[in-house]
Amino acid sequence: MLSARHKTGLVFFPAFDWAISPTHPEREERLLYTQDQVFEEGLFDIEGIIEFKPDLVLVKDIQRVHFCVPDVWNVTTESHFISAGGAKTIGSAVLSKEIERGFALVRPPGHHAMRIVHGSRGFCNINIEAIMIEYLRRAYKIDKVAIVDTDCHHGDGTQDIYWHDPDTLFISIHQDGRTLYPGTGFTNELGGPNAVGTTLNIPLPPNTSEEGFLHVMKHVIKPVLDDFKPDLIVNSAGQDNHFTDPLANMNFSAQGYAALTSILQPDIAVLEGGYSIEGALPYVNVGIILAMAGIDYSKVKEPDYNPDKIRQSSEITKAIEKIGETVLSYWQRRNSLRDQIQRTEGFDQRTRSIFYDTDGISEKQKEKIRPCNDCGGALCIDSSSDRGHHILAIHIPLKACAKCKETGYAWYESADRSAYGMVVLQDRTEDIYLEKK
Amino acid sequence: MIIGLDVGGTHTDVVLLGKQGLINEVKVPTDASNLFRSVLSGLNKITKGVEPQEIHRAVFSTTLTTNAIVQNNLPPIGMIVSSGPGVDPEFFRTNDHYFPVSGSIDHRGREIKPIDPAEIKTISKTLKKSGIPYVGVVSKFSVRNPSHELAIYEILKDDFEKVFLGHRISGNLNFPRRISTTYLNAAVYPIHKEFYDAIIKSIEQKWLHIPLHILKADGGTMSLEASMDFPGQTIVSGPAASIMGSIPFAPVQQDCLVLDIGGTTTDMAVLIDRVPVLDPLGTSLSYYKTLIRSLYTHSIGIGGDSFVRVEDGHLKIGPDRKGSAMAYGGQSPTPTDALCVIGLIKDGDNEKARNGIQQIADQLGDPLQTAALKIFDATYKKIISEARAMIDRINSKPVYTIHELQEGYKVDPKQILIIGGPAPYFARHIEEYSGIAVGVVPKWKVANAIGAALARTTCEVVFFADTERGFASSPEENFYESIDRSFTRDDALKKANELLKAKALHKGANPEDLELEVLEDLQFNMVRGFHSTGKNIRIKVQVKPGILSEYADIAEMLLV
Repeated sequence: MLSARHKTGLVFFPAFDWAISPTHPEREERLLYTQDQVFEEGLFDIEGIIEFKPDLVLVKDIQRVHFCVPDVWNVTTESHFISAGGAKTIGSAVLSKEIERGFALVRPPGHHAMRIVHGSRGFCNINIEAIMIEYLRRAYKIDKVAIVDTDCHHGDGTQDIYWHDPDTLFISIHQDGRTLYPGTGFTNELGGPNAVGTTLNIPLPPNTSEEGFLHVMKHVIKPVLDDFKPDLIVNSAGQDNHFTDPLANMNFSAQGYAALTSILQPDIAVLEGGYSIEGALPYVNVGIILAMAGIDYSKVKEPDYNPDKIRQSSEITKAIEKIGETVLSYWQRRNSLRDQIQRTEGFDQRTRSIFYDTDGISEKQKEKIRPCNDCGGALCIDSSSDRGHHILAIHIPLKACAKCKETGYAWYESADRSAYGMVVLQDRTEDIYLEKK
Repeated sequence: MIIGLDVGGTHTDVVLLGKQGLINEVKVPTDASNLFRSVLSGLNKITKGVEPQEIHRAVFSTTLTTNAIVQNNLPPIGMIVSSGPGVDPEFFRTNDHYFPVSGSIDHRGREIKPIDPAEIKTISKTLKKSGIPYVGVVSKFSVRNPSHELAIYEILKDDFEKVFLGHRISGNLNFPRRISTTYLNAAVYPIHKEFYDAIIKSIEQKWLHIPLHILKADGGTMSLEASMDFPGQTIVSGPAASIMGSIPFAPVQQDCLVLDIGGTTTDMAVLIDRVPVLDPLGTSLSYYKTLIRSLYTHSIGIGGDSFVRVEDGHLKIGPDRKGSAMAYGGQSPTPTDALCVIGLIKDGDNEKARNGIQQIADQLGDPLQTAALKIFDATYKKIISEARAMIDRINSKPVYTIHELQEGYKVDPKQILIIGGPAPYFARHIEEYSGIAVGVVPKWKVANAIGAALARTTCEVVFFADTERGFASSPEENFYESIDRSFTRDDALKKANELLKAKALHKGANPEDLELEVLEDLQFNMVRGFHSTGKNIRIKVQVKPGILSEYADIAEMLLV
């Protein structure tokens, strides 16, 4: 009888009654054919593959990660609570050792959602991986986490949330930002001054195929992970690198995704994008599930799969090798790079404009961080949107040192309430979320 | 008057029911080597003094097919399996003569790769040479497009006694289960045919020209004739018979837990407003997972005759059975012996029961009565905790819409019904321990045969429409129709219900018992390139299992 080598849990929540809009790529139909394929293959009957019903996340789980403007209810729907909840269910089952690995096959996705949320960007409202990870850190006392984002679009939301966190390694592998939304994710984006090198970006040229992805996985991501030694590896498993995806231009395949999963060996995978709903998703998801469970996937192939037709050119191979070397060298030099950056005096500041393409909102942010070698550093964000919201958000990280905690509270206390629509503090050391009256 | 006849491994139970209640009940030994004689002697005894024309209906329930599968006593079958890409079909091998072949159909029912007739012809020759008369043919996604199964059938049909096709067995998706279900249908066909012939012969002798039915695993019936095409549906109808027998005593508009406490096992099931909860996919038996509609039942190895012993200072009960209770001539202590010691059971050899329980008491370092109470407590507490776990499993069944997740029905039994010999002794204790009112099913010795007699005809229809590709289908019903873009979900529901009614009547349902229910009703807009190109509609409807409406009030009669 067919049985899994690795006990694998699945949450399958296709949200058959939820869409951004009737013809939007993120619509009811998206996982319909995937469900057909997964059911027809009988995957849930395999000994050692267990299907879980998703829990819902709590408002508190969301506020552990995000500052929602004006509040959580205004920027989410039930479906977001369930999709983040599905990830949380899988994460909890892995850490309570009910299962060895797990895959949250849920929608809507989350990796474009940043720490401050005014609305939906890139079809994402709340960051389902980050909500899961921060819940798991609280509930199971895990420390170092690596997130490997294999969606075709740069995981700019996850990058933003972990930009200053030296204990979370975020690696995004995606189609070059010069050719695709959201237009970021270049190799020189390495994290904030307190966390240089724990953000790594691997932009790949359009038409990259199996060879290129697997090269990067084996020769860049794997060595970095071995070095970082995370307690948990999370894969943001977007599936839009597929050769049939309508929104992107890569040449990856079901076989490639399955092989990538076998090499990466993630503890938890969470579905992100992927909009080739008939030609790719049914096959890619079956491939990923089998690879996670340690079952032979060699016969999982799309009807129109022809490796010769999608093979990448030698120029692309060379370009990818070069990008890989650059990223590895950043990783190896991360401590000296941090020293260089931190040499500047006082608070480190940056100003940004953020566009919410799905909801059409423009946001302006002024961010300052306390340079610190003992923790991620106290963080203060002044954010305003063209919808008239203005918020001052202060974040004290989970392992904040006494100085940073003190700084965070000082910012909060001294903030001029009348100058903002709201002044909020996320004190992760106490797991509390305060709003100044 | 109606007849219910349950052919068990050792006994055949027969009842005769009328509007006035239970008219007669008999028990005859089952002679597996001569079923005809067992069935006939049961029928002879039950109809003694009754005019044949007074009998309107007979339902038979059998464990023969179940036992053949459990004992792996199955004849060689040919299996031809067309998989296409996906999980290697070799993983789903059911038997020796199992042939994965070429051909591929995708999730929308489009042909990706044709079958190879030469390949099928070669296999056909091999099977014929081995003298195999029965073949199963299954292709992946055949419930979306059965053309490959049908093409293979055309090649085989003249060379084999019977060919079973996967898409005719269930409309549900699950290729591995379709393979094992098709295999089991083919494999139990000869033994079921023997049973069928025995019934026909017995009935002819009795000059009875009445509708004859077979009980299925879902607690419903099908006509004896229909059972020849789907003999696999008779498996695990044993537990279903008893559960159906409890329905007249179950509360309306409430959830009810049914416990059938036997000698070796306790079977449990849940009724919602007198309708049994069904397994979402199909029953499992031995190492086969199937698409055979069945009641959601859970069986545990704890019963009146379970083997009681002390291991590492801890009391252990079951799952083994070493024979009957010591009070009734057995060799090892059992929960029944504990009941004798406590004084709840008055007959039996009390001395022997005390001796048995004393061994346990000595090992536990307890007085005799304390040990007996501990055994009794452990027995019913285990049953209740397993029942709670089963209810949790029913309630945690994954759902795929926000609506179902938020509004989904939660099973919460307000009554427990117990069937079985020890039932009365357990009732009060289970009620105190669980906090749920407990009732005992009367006439428990023939509850199985009563359940069979009262069961309605049930069936299910899975309906699929794809307006982009312009077709509606229900391959299981051999229904295909071209449709245009104006085909709606209401049209689909109407058509599915029509098909269901026709199927139920064809399988022998009474028109007044057609309680139809929609199990699935989904419609998706298909969008390609930001434009709506069609609708994808999925409908699943069933005739609910339940008891014949004309006998709905029989409970009061049975209590007499």
